[in-house]
Amino acid sequence: MQFVITEEQQMMTDMVREFLAANCTTAELRALAETGKSHDAARWSAMVELGLPGALVGEEAGGLGLAPQDVIGLVTAAGAALLPEPLIETMGITLPALDQFGEAALLAQVMAGEAQVALSHPAAPFAEGADSADAILIFEVDRVLLCPAGSATITPQPGVDPLRRLFAVTPGPDAQILAEGEAARAATDHAQEIGALFAAAQMLGIAQRAIDISVAYAGERTQFGKPIGSYQALKHHLASAQVAVEFARPVLQAASAMAASTQDAYTRARISHAKYVCGRAAETTAQTAIQVHGGMGYSQEADVHFYIKRTLSLRNLWGTETLHRNRYAARLETLAIGPDTLFNQEG
Amino acid sequence: MELTYTDAQRAFRDEVRSWMRDNVPATPLPSFDASREGFEAHRAWEAKLNEGRWGMVTWPDAYGGRGLDLIRWLIFEEEYYGARAPLRVNQNGIFLLGPTLMEFGTEQQKARYLPRMATGEEIWAQAWSEPQAGSDLAAVRAKARREGDEYVLSGHKIWSSRAVYADMAFGLFRTDPDSERHHGLSLILFPLDAPGVTRQAIHQINGEHGFAELFLDEVRVPAENILGAEGQGWKICMATAGFERGLMLRSPARYQVAVRALVALAQSRGDDLDPVLRARVAEAAMGAEAYALSIYSTASRLMAGGRIGAEASTNKIFWSELDIALHRTALDILGDRAELHPGASAAPDAGNWLDGYLFSLAGPIYAGTNEIQRNIIAERMLGMPRK
Ligand SMILES: Cc1cc2nc3c(=O)[nH]c(=O)nc-3n(C[C@H](O)[C@H](O)[C@H](O)COP(=O)(O)OP(=O)(O)OC[C@H]3O[C@@H](n4cnc5c(N)ncnc54)[C@H](O)[C@@H]3O)c2cc1C
Repeated sequence: MQFVITEEQQMMTDMVREFLAANCTTAELRALAETGKSHDAARWSAMVELGLPGALVGEEAGGLGLAPQDVIGLVTAAGAALLPEPLIETMGITLPALDQFGEAALLAQVMAGEAQVALSHPAAPFAEGADSADAILIFEVDRVLLCPAGSATITPQPGVDPLRRLFAVTPGPDAQILAEGEAARAATDHAQEIGALFAAAQMLGIAQRAIDISVAYAGERTQFGKPIGSYQALKHHLASAQVAVEFARPVLQAASAMAASTQDAYTRARISHAKYVCGRAAETTAQTAIQVHGGMGYSQEADVHFYIKRTLSLRNLWGTETLHRNRYAARLETLAIGPDTLFNQEG
Repeated sequence: MELTYTDAQRAFRDEVRSWMRDNVPATPLPSFDASREGFEAHRAWEAKLNEGRWGMVTWPDAYGGRGLDLIRWLIFEEEYYGARAPLRVNQNGIFLLGPTLMEFGTEQQKARYLPRMATGEEIWAQAWSEPQAGSDLAAVRAKARREGDEYVLSGHKIWSSRAVYADMAFGLFRTDPDSERHHGLSLILFPLDAPGVTRQAIHQINGEHGFAELFLDEVRVPAENILGAEGQGWKICMATAGFERGLMLRSPARYQVAVRALVALAQSRGDDLDPVLRARVAEAAMGAEAYALSIYSTASRLMAGGRIGAEASTNKIFWSELDIALHRTALDILGDRAELHPGASAAPDAGNWLDGYLFSLAGPIYAGTNEIQRNIIAERMLGMPRK
């Protein structure tokens, strides 16, 4: 029993955090949004250079061969930085699936930065960036399809987050069936678990970042001759937000450590728990951040609006809050409970 | 992260479980806050625990412990609560003063106090708060005057838990009469039956006398009863408060066992359970689990050489709010029976939810109110301006 982040894991997180601090500032995101795009080619190349998209792909296939718990810190950092490129989905879902279904050529191309694959799933149906992708990986309830971009019909679905360009996707006749029936169901389920886990991580990152920028703002802005951060009402709002973050983090970490086996019912319940509490933490925190910023918080002048918008999508992707709470409730009713079951897994 | 127990840890769990199965009293003991009889029954239980060397498993063998690490302590607590063993009448001793003595006490003090704490021969009360010094603990007025090789204690302490029947107290006193605020304070141990101590029981919200007011009039204790140096009292108290809030005071198992009972209560309602209540049961269970995971992670960090900082304040807020939500949910499931005592014939399954709920209301107050904890989080963890 060692509930601590290893040194290598911490190094990985720090490396990505530093990369993002230098290459994914909110000023850059604003400039990107101005152009009407949501992906920056240079940043993507740099992440490819670091091997990040293939982090979960086995070393024999050219990836880094890491496990979900090794990358959960970097996913959190990506969430905090509001990273707009589809690193998390590509790393967590798309490339492991291409690997699993023997799409070695396309896998190698994506890992080399030569191709982009967008993603659609019943729990996250609108494919982000589908207009600039070379192919779209489509999970359906009992089919998994790979559709060349030219063959799919894509319809823009404008949304609230300026850095998420969403498209409804209808696969065309050239779509290739990667899996059907039981195999497809298993893959679609697994994708949802990883999607939920990584959405939770991104929201935890958002929550902490929203607190941090609010603390900074409250230290600078003065009213009644004092920094607004000296007022207890704001202190208590932010302290409550921090409590929510502190008690979401260990759940997320434990879920990531268990996520090697997403079939396991205890693991699934823990992923649901993580998704639920990280979502709650992000929501509370992003709202608090708006309140702390006053009129600024309701404008696009300050950065806060980005956080509530990204939270709005992540909270509902990969299973809504209600779905995850119900899944957790079902676990209470069907599996062993009590203090000695905290780290249970089946088998 | 490696979240599985080792074989040795599993074997330890089995050992605790079988001892508890053989030794936990079949019928619950009467409350230690309601009568001398209940108090003494709990003292006898502490002695029994000590016979099995379960008094405080993290302490060194020499003081009655087993020298075990914090993960084993957590496993012990899980089995202890899981077996529904009696509440620890000496919790202020073993969980607060114990670790403080371990860090700041002299060898003589450790040898003098810890073994008797482990056996329950000496049950401890904490005497810090005063009528004018609650949240603002640095406003303490009670005085300790040095005379030869004695301290002479005078003043008025209040809200001292277990002090109605306890044997000893650890108190915060002003040793420097000219000092202000947190300077010039010292931590001094005194017997509650010493000449000059008058205790007056205070009835708590549930009618029991769980705490007392203490009037000290020229109470003489040997000078060696001071813990740490003169004037170090504040620093030591803050370290104690860190143990209290951060780890020891409320073990996660307490809430996990309560959740197990809550789920059973909810399931006894079958399909009649309102979906909103089902959602609240799930949220309470998530809270208990999150708290447990957080404590496991803190324990792992401490074992790797880390220390508890201001984040201890987030723990205290979290468990106290969780406790209220959990009990509120149970009462809402019980509906119109919620107000009835367990003895009432119309409430056969009401259990102790009402008592638990009333007690949960104290959580945001004791060990430093949650408002004070929020101040600490904002100022020390987040670095927000004090003024
Ligand atoms: C069940 C129970 C057991 C206890 N056991 C012990 C014990 O064993 N030993 C012991 O020494 N003490 C004990 N206490 C006392 C406890 O520590 C105090 O009650 C607590 O510190 C609050 O002090 P107070 O009661 O004077 O309330 P006050 O300090 O008067 O507080 C009243 C309200 O004002 C708020 N408030 C005060 N100052 C501020 C501020 N700066 N900012 C914002 N809000 C503020 C508080 O948060 C609270 O809501 C116990 C209390 C309870 C309820």
